[in-house]
Amino acid sequence: MTSLAALIRRDIVVALRAGGGAMIGVLFFVSVVVVMPFALGPDLALLKRIGPAILWLGAMLASLLTLDRLFTADQEDGSLDLIVMSRTPLELSCAAKALAHWLAAGVPLIVATPLIGILLNLDATATFAVALTLLVGTPALTFTGMIGAALAVTLRRGGLLLAVVVLPLSIPVLIFGVAASNAAVEGAMPFGTPFSILCALSLVSLVVGPFAAAASLRHGLD
Amino acid sequence: MRLTAQGLKCVRGGRDIFSGLDFAVPAGQALAVTGINGAGKSSLLRLMAGLLPAAGGAITLEGGEAELTLAEQAHYLGHRDALKPSLTVLENLDFWREFLGGEAIDGPASLKTVGLGHAVHLPAAFLSAGQRRRLSIARLIAVNRPVWLLDEPTSALDSSGQTMVAALMSAHLRSGGIILAATHGPLGVPAQELRIGGDA
Repeated sequence: MTSLAALIRRDIVVALRAGGGAMIGVLFFVSVVVVMPFALGPDLALLKRIGPAILWLGAMLASLLTLDRLFTADQEDGSLDLIVMSRTPLELSCAAKALAHWLAAGVPLIVATPLIGILLNLDATATFAVALTLLVGTPALTFTGMIGAALAVTLRRGGLLLAVVVLPLSIPVLIFGVAASNAAVEGAMPFGTPFSILCALSLVSLVVGPFAAAASLRHGLD
Repeated sequence: MRLTAQGLKCVRGGRDIFSGLDFAVPAGQALAVTGINGAGKSSLLRLMAGLLPAAGGAITLEGGEAELTLAEQAHYLGHRDALKPSLTVLENLDFWREFLGGEAIDGPASLKTVGLGHAVHLPAAFLSAGQRRRLSIARLIAVNRPVWLLDEPTSALDSSGQTMVAALMSAHLRSGGIILAATHGPLGVPAQELRIGGDA
């Protein structure tokens, strides 16, 4: 366990220090949401209706933006070799890296949501609903994105590949995340149904992601 | 303990690098792997470390811990230093000690041994190539592993650094360890030689 704790701590520290890139995701997220009202015009009803969708889109693209460094950074400096060789099972190391990535790059998105929800004319309930769906949904984005990040290691400049591979896997998360947020805002359908499916998607990805990523890393050894 | 390889074959990018490679290294001995550039020295070490699949042959480590693979009982010192520039020298070393399971000497003491005692709190980004090498060598003594797989361990090191590495290697051999080192120059410790590929 100490080895996994050490890996999580190192990845968070590296991500948060200068040049680490954790803040790039949240800056991108905030920028997308801030410019959206300027593009759409001052139609408060429209902003309120599509606000949750904008927040979710921003969060999904922000997580794609930061995920491609998840394994490539360790591969380039040789750390990945030692992680693969170590006595810690690679699946657990992958899970620890993804968890660290979520803590450093995913949680700031959730924290930023209440602040920028105001710009989209979302009331407190709606903002809270979006933040809650992001809290249970962003782990799914990270843990499915990890599979693409592991595939990208074997290819030079695999960043675009990551987006192509991960996007289809992220679409269900996006659909149910936005559906649950809208249900909380409009109340036309029950909140629980899409929210439960969103939780299920996260739980599945927590199990499948580390195994798929570890298999991909082992296969791609070079 | 005894490390043996039989009929080892390596294929990379559809090209045979080497095949039919046999060697045996008993405890307390070193094997110097030599050969021209591109002969497959690094490939052999990565193959031993489990970082490349062998196209044929078998590697066995007799007398090690039965439940662990060779890779889990080996240190691999490759061309890349496995250092994070934003972490300090001590943070880099402490991470590997905790992650790999450090049961040997502590971080500051091993840094002093490799001649980085004065730079403990310096971010690794400011280290020179030789200092980076020294820092990754500190990993070898901060964590116990019976087998050392070293890829040109003295590259970028000055003469005092080369002496330091030779001293560490002979101490490791005296305690019953095994060393496989790819090298162009003299290793600094008595070693049998394994030449891969032909002459230039």
